[in-house]
Amino acid sequence: MKIDALWLRANVIKAVRDFFWERGFLEVETPLLIPANAPEEHINPIFTTLPSWQLQTSPEICMKRLLCNGHKKLFQISRCWRSNERGSRHLSEFTMLEWYRSDCDYQTLMTDCEGLLQHVAAICQPDNRLFVHNAAKIDPFASWQRISVQEAFTHFGQVDVWDCLDKGLYEEILTAVIEPALAGFGSPVILMDYPVELAALARTKPTNSGLAERFELYVGGLELANGFSELNDPTEQRRRFEEANCSRSNAGQDILPLPEPFLKTLALMPESAGIALGLDRLVMLTAGVNVIDEIVAFTPEEL
Amino acid sequence: MYTVADLKKGLKIILDGDPYLVVAFDFVKPGKGQALYRTKMRNMINGSLLDRTYRSGESFEPASLEERTMEFLYKEGEHYTFMDQQTYEQVVMEEETLGDAKNYLLENLKVEVMLFGEKAIGISLPNFVNLRVTETEQWAKGDTSGNDSKPATVETGYVLRVPPFIEEGELIVIDTRTGEYSTRVKG
Repeated sequence: MKIDALWLRANVIKAVRDFFWERGFLEVETPLLIPANAPEEHINPIFTTLPSWQLQTSPEICMKRLLCNGHKKLFQISRCWRSNERGSRHLSEFTMLEWYRSDCDYQTLMTDCEGLLQHVAAICQPDNRLFVHNAAKIDPFASWQRISVQEAFTHFGQVDVWDCLDKGLYEEILTAVIEPALAGFGSPVILMDYPVELAALARTKPTNSGLAERFELYVGGLELANGFSELNDPTEQRRRFEEANCSRSNAGQDILPLPEPFLKTLALMPESAGIALGLDRLVMLTAGVNVIDEIVAFTPEEL
Repeated sequence: MYTVADLKKGLKIILDGDPYLVVAFDFVKPGKGQALYRTKMRNMINGSLLDRTYRSGESFEPASLEERTMEFLYKEGEHYTFMDQQTYEQVVMEEETLGDAKNYLLENLKVEVMLFGEKAIGISLPNFVNLRVTETEQWAKGDTSGNDSKPATVETGYVLRVPPFIEEGELIVIDTRTGEYSTRVKG
């Protein structure tokens, strides 16, 4: 019943909010309608009637500007929009949880993820404290696995990730081989250290400039969150944005405007890390359903 | 032309020259990666299933299928001939293509013929058809053997189970979706 799902959804949101409030994070609201998102090769914003203004695809630009202003721990639960994304795990309009911390790197975020998922499971599923996806039970209190992207491709796919990237097979292997393999774990899994071309806003590893300090959280094979140590070099950031626009242009996509005020203040951003978590998917895992339609009040098709 | 954004259940497209019906569809997009469009399609001519994954930028030719009301004329061996009463155009279909539909084809029955270009690839029947029983055992009144049905052959040669009281020469209604007896027709 959808009515039960809506109660569960409200409980998950409340548990998430309590988790961050209890840990001294400032809950913020930033504008949803903005003149520029961070340009990404494969993310298309929804434009409005205001010339070039668009709905946010993520609150990251504004939240990082707050880090530049000196805020240290921030979180936000907000609506995001991405054009033409609709599937069993995607809605064009969806709810994102993002949190940012200064003076730390992506390792701290991984610890946050463990605490958050354990808190949500304990509050929202007090009987068994488990998540369920495709009938598999996932225990956030069991020890979490951390696997590098390179290792995952070699181990589960017997292929080299760089080779897959060159041949344009990365997404196919990831969704057809790696994600199903991650579904076999009874605990959440962290896939980490992505090839730098797959991390437009992440800092590279000090030990290997080909890898970025980015990770993705998987629960039962479902991709739940994407976090990284933030890049705070404005020149490198501009270069990557322009590269994304070049790829878009080559693929026949629109060129996107750059978020200039963000680029201007980026040099002031302390060492930081930030993460985006699909809240609808967290509700799916808590409810044990496999289709996003079941945990929202209305799908676009019902409107 | 259709693009990947048009993909959805029920879409009909042409692939390698054959018409396909999209029977399952999902959009997948790994974190910040390229979108993939996963489909399962059924070949509308031979019924075989096919899994295909597409990416942004790919396009498809729509399968233009036309449904036309035609009358069944006659059967000759394995060949069944239908005619459009308006244009007098005739099409011939093999028994194999017709499948179970052949059990209900009586001369002059009106059916919807699905055309892919010039080729007839299937028919849809009315949900119920009336057919006369040509052969069945006589019902012994007072039979307490407990059999609540018996086999009967109808005029197309189709054999089905009917209630024991049905007699040869009677007209019965058959549900073409299940192939089962529905009711007896008076007269």
